[in-house]
Amino acid sequence: MAEERRFRSASGARIALRRRQHSASCRELAVRGPRLQLRSLSAATSAVWLAAYGLFALSENSMVLSAAIFITLIGLIIYLHFVKIDQESLLVIGSLGIQVTSSYASGKESTTFIEMGQVKDVVINEAIHMQKVIYYLCILLQDPEDPQGVSEVVPLFQSSKPRLDCLIEVYKSCQEILEQRKTAPQSS
Amino acid sequence: MVLKVFFPSCCSSADSGILIGRWISEQNSAVILAVVHFPFIPVQVKQYLGEVQRVTKVSVSVLGSWSNSKQEKEESLSEFLEDLGTIFCHEPWIQISKEGDSKFWSCSTLQKHSKNPQEEEIILVYYDQRKVMLSHLHPPLDTAGQGAEDASKLSAIFDTVARSRVLFMTDRYDEGPIKLTHWQSDGVEASIIVELMKQASVPACMLLTFLLSLVSGICRSRVLKFWPLSFLWSKLSTCEQLGHRLQHLQVISSNKKAQNQNQLMRKANIFVSLLIDVALGILLMSWLYRKNRIGHLADTLIPVADHVAEELQDLLQWLMGAPAGLKMNRALDQVLGRFFLYHIHLWISYIHLLSPFIEMILWYVGLSACLGLTVALCILSDIIALLTFHIYCFYVYGARLYCLKIYGLSSLWRLFRGKKWNVLRQRVDSCSYDLDQLFIGTLLFTILLFLLPTTALYYLVFTLLRLLVVIVQGLIHLLVDLIDSLPLYSLILRLCRSYRLAAGVKFRVLEQQDGKPLRLLMQINPLSYGGVVQTYRLPTYSFYPRDSWASLCKKLFLGELIYPWKHKGEKQN
Repeated sequence: MAEERRFRSASGARIALRRRQHSASCRELAVRGPRLQLRSLSAATSAVWLAAYGLFALSENSMVLSAAIFITLIGLIIYLHFVKIDQESLLVIGSLGIQVTSSYASGKESTTFIEMGQVKDVVINEAIHMQKVIYYLCILLQDPEDPQGVSEVVPLFQSSKPRLDCLIEVYKSCQEILEQRKTAPQSS
Repeated sequence: MVLKVFFPSCCSSADSGILIGRWISEQNSAVILAVVHFPFIPVQVKQYLGEVQRVTKVSVSVLGSWSNSKQEKEESLSEFLEDLGTIFCHEPWIQISKEGDSKFWSCSTLQKHSKNPQEEEIILVYYDQRKVMLSHLHPPLDTAGQGAEDASKLSAIFDTVARSRVLFMTDRYDEGPIKLTHWQSDGVEASIIVELMKQASVPACMLLTFLLSLVSGICRSRVLKFWPLSFLWSKLSTCEQLGHRLQHLQVISSNKKAQNQNQLMRKANIFVSLLIDVALGILLMSWLYRKNRIGHLADTLIPVADHVAEELQDLLQWLMGAPAGLKMNRALDQVLGRFFLYHIHLWISYIHLLSPFIEMILWYVGLSACLGLTVALCILSDIIALLTFHIYCFYVYGARLYCLKIYGLSSLWRLFRGKKWNVLRQRVDSCSYDLDQLFIGTLLFTILLFLLPTTALYYLVFTLLRLLVVIVQGLIHLLVDLIDSLPLYSLILRLCRSYRLAAGVKFRVLEQQDGKPLRLLMQINPLSYGGVVQTYRLPTYSFYPRDSWASLCKKLFLGELIYPWKHKGEKQN
């Protein structure tokens, strides 16, 4: 079963949270950011080409124009493949682990899987960034030597930066599954 | 507790039979390795599993039953399969059944001795057996030192599949009593080229070892250890690079088989790196010798050296005049200028003396580029060092003069203030001087002080020139280092067979149906390129800066000689 709700990110952009329950112990939460707008793409391209045409008018060298086209293409490819994140999703499988996926605009997906044995807890932290206080969801990893200690903090949804209301929904969903591992009886 | 069943995707279309694999009780998961088909004799199956267990040290056992009914579901078959659970007693007995071509299988467990009879959830994870068997899991660096008990769950699964290689060696054309289905059951894969290379590598290694022992014997002979020669060898970076490559060859040609993955990758990386190096070197050599370019190079070498010497002469004439509007002390200026001009004159004569032989020397030296591109680059760096030897000499003269001046000034300044350096106590003490000592000291101090700008300017100019040469040499060595340490084999493996180098796994949720177990697909998450380079970097005799910026500036200010690059093997002084 899938449901989708609209929220806003920390900078005011519209984002959508989609929740899917695959089974009793498996849930997928995906936050989709705003897509690449045609307006901003056209504006950037026009600015670069106007500047190139101005340089060409000054220097009478046609290499400037071809260089500008080349730069625009390469810049667009780099932006789509390495910078623009379309969707960030969290797949929580009780007793296996938590998988964090970022999908880029060019279709590339970068995934990290954290085993359940390493996960201590999932919490909402607050951070002071310039003049704002922003909330972010993070996974606390267990320190192997010290059972009470935290070895690493893995922040989630870093590029879409949802606000607290969206984070609370995600937090509740995660905690429902994480609690199952505490109440599950140990195998004999 | 949730039960996890790792099912190989190659067995999805296998006929009915029983499942064999490993049961990991701490994680409540079953790793299924193969399906044994009917008809079989249970005693023979148990014997076979015992043998496999002995060879692989993996506790393989019968885990459950698998029924693939292409027609209607047969009641008698399901009872028969349940009865099998009593013959091969295993807790819990897993029963997986597939109807027709349906994607959704039903999975149930039989627990005889369980205390709580509630239904536990089952997760079915499909995995590609061949890829998991060949893959090597790279744990994060901080957990690399953990013991076997702390091994993560995934590494236990990868380990199980990798160590059960011998189980996958029987295919369906074998005449044994057991009929298995696994990833190789349609026919064991082998490659003629790989087998031939394995056979050929043994005599090749022996020949290489013999040749290398000859070469290293020559290198270690006493003849080459006399003082002028040993000094020369230590200064030339070409010898350093050749020694490094010799070491590499020794690693490759050793007879011992590689113990673990790291050693194997290291050997392969060294081999590919050497091959590419030699190939690029031969390419360079063919380009140099094609249109007698090396002759042209030798012809332009003398005019270039002459041009550099002329530029230096112009520079000195400029310094002897009024450089940048500064007023120099005329007498000292003339002395220093003439001294350096005479040196340049000597240098030009020396170069002209050598000029008939340059072409022949360069021709033979260029032949050594076939040993590798790195050797060619090191030779280039050495040639630059030799050609700019006069700049180095000027730098040493200027630095020594300046250094003497600075020390003299500081000592006389102390005298001017009535103090003295106490060598015994390593501190400045007050001292009463005689009048004539004070008089002469102050006079000398004034002379040195007013001569300081001239010396300082010469020192500055020559230090800048020397630094320029040092930077050029440093860049060449950086390039050599890069070629030496880049793990090319690992990078090509990451490009072509990315499942061999795994950073972890990723799960994909497949189509679900209510009432059926959760279906996941486990794929291998390959290591990033940066991670590959970091893990498999070859160690080199790297050049890195000896001093920090602060100490470098201090040395420059005081006029001490600087040797900015340090080898890894050099002793600290």
